[in-house]
Amino acid sequence: MGASDAYITGIGQSEVGMKLTRHPLLLTLDAVREALQEAGLSIGQIDGVSTYPGRVPAMLGFSPVGSDELIDALGIRASWYAGGIEISSQLGAVTAAAMAVRTGQARHVICYRTVYEAAAMARPEEYPVPRRDRVDGGSQWTAPFNALSAAVWTAQYAMRHVKQFGLTREQLAQIALTGRANAALNPRALVREPLSMDEYLAARMIASPLCLYDCDRYTDASTVLIVSAGDALDEVSCTPVRIAAMAGSVERHSWDQAEWMACYPTGADLWSRTDYTQSDVDTVQLYDGFSFQAIAWLEALGFCEKGEGGRFIEGGKRIALDGELPLNTFGGQIGAGRLHGFGFAHEAVVQLRGKGEARQIPGNPRVAVATSGGGPLATALLLARD
Amino acid sequence: MAVPRPLPRLDSSNRDFWTGGANNELRLMRCLDCATFIHPPRPVCRNCLSENVATEAVAGTGVIATFTVNYQKWHPAMEVPFVVARVAPDGAPGVYLTTNIVGCDVDAVEIGDRVRVIFEQQDDVYLPLFQKIN
Ligand SMILES: [Zn+2]
Repeated sequence: MGASDAYITGIGQSEVGMKLTRHPLLLTLDAVREALQEAGLSIGQIDGVSTYPGRVPAMLGFSPVGSDELIDALGIRASWYAGGIEISSQLGAVTAAAMAVRTGQARHVICYRTVYEAAAMARPEEYPVPRRDRVDGGSQWTAPFNALSAAVWTAQYAMRHVKQFGLTREQLAQIALTGRANAALNPRALVREPLSMDEYLAARMIASPLCLYDCDRYTDASTVLIVSAGDALDEVSCTPVRIAAMAGSVERHSWDQAEWMACYPTGADLWSRTDYTQSDVDTVQLYDGFSFQAIAWLEALGFCEKGEGGRFIEGGKRIALDGELPLNTFGGQIGAGRLHGFGFAHEAVVQLRGKGEARQIPGNPRVAVATSGGGPLATALLLARD
Repeated sequence: MAVPRPLPRLDSSNRDFWTGGANNELRLMRCLDCATFIHPPRPVCRNCLSENVATEAVAGTGVIATFTVNYQKWHPAMEVPFVVARVAPDGAPGVYLTTNIVGCDVDAVEIGDRVRVIFEQQDDVYLPLFQKIN
């Protein structure tokens, strides 16, 4: 720990909702303002911007605000910036920023993820989806077979787990039930009603074994994390959280795999870069765009053996707020909304600072893991409050 | 399915895969130096970096490595349910093809089932679908 490390300082989040009418740039500004206020920084002290996946003109709801636009719109004098989709996944924007501050290219970097999918779908005249005649690149291997959603791609990993390792619907349900129970305690969560096992088991299938409640839903929101250099912490008024290790590994950039997912090498690489071990971790915030991904992350991070993820969360007590390894304490994406990766790091910081209020985990949490991504995409952050 | 499928844009690397069905052939890219199959097809071998690659016809049989039954209508015209699977073609280790399992009830599909390719033509594309071998 020290001057050469990277820290998450201010964090912020806009209103979280569906079909919001506030401009996505202004939602981003709302989150920026909250993060600046918490850190005691002014916009003039920001000298870097990092985002995932950058502005995506073909899917503006998926990503409506690019780093270049934010820099220009907020009058930021950036000495470093980046935004793009060809990175380890959503939180890859944070690992990039951490490298920027560790190499002296910036002191305080705004990292953000703004999503506007529900609003864009409701207002196609303003957020049109361009018609495409033919599919290209990676999607040519899935779209012609009407495998049109990551739900379908992810469901096939989950089905393999069901058949090879005996994952049950009751086990899988614990991700959604835990997330929804925690979301009920999070005033910003998109879905604030708890979910019962009976409701879960009665839900319609989306792509077996994933049912409606195993999937996140389109959300409009912006989440900001400020990454600051270790030698700039004297400018910051909030408790800094150190990025103790980070990883984002890939071997096959392909969804066409039977069991291999990028979370597995990423999880192993994370622990190879730190003296911390799994037993030091007080809470995990694991990507659950689809519930099964959180189970894969538990295995990938070595909290249980590969194939044991379902049994590890059986009954839900272990991963509950008062359990030995509280998971997705803000609700995850299934409960809190499709904040798309950034919600997990945001919540890790909330918990490590003891600011979780009704959903604060007991004790004095000091170490958390936050992850993003599924399939060939994976990023893991190990976060510590010194 | 009567509803048109999204079709791939054909190029020099993928054309053999998507049109081999005209000759009833499932054609995969392979390295002529180290024999590694290269899928998605590219003009270089990911194992030895040889550029000496060409497509070859494989048996057209295989095994279901995993699958899902798609129930969600991702667009209003979509006909559900249907099976999406990843098939491991015989004789092509390391390759998995996302495809549809057709010609049987969606509940009759299991991991490990033996399957054989059938081609569905749409425009200039021959989609390799699979059906169970009984
Ligand atoms: Zn080779």
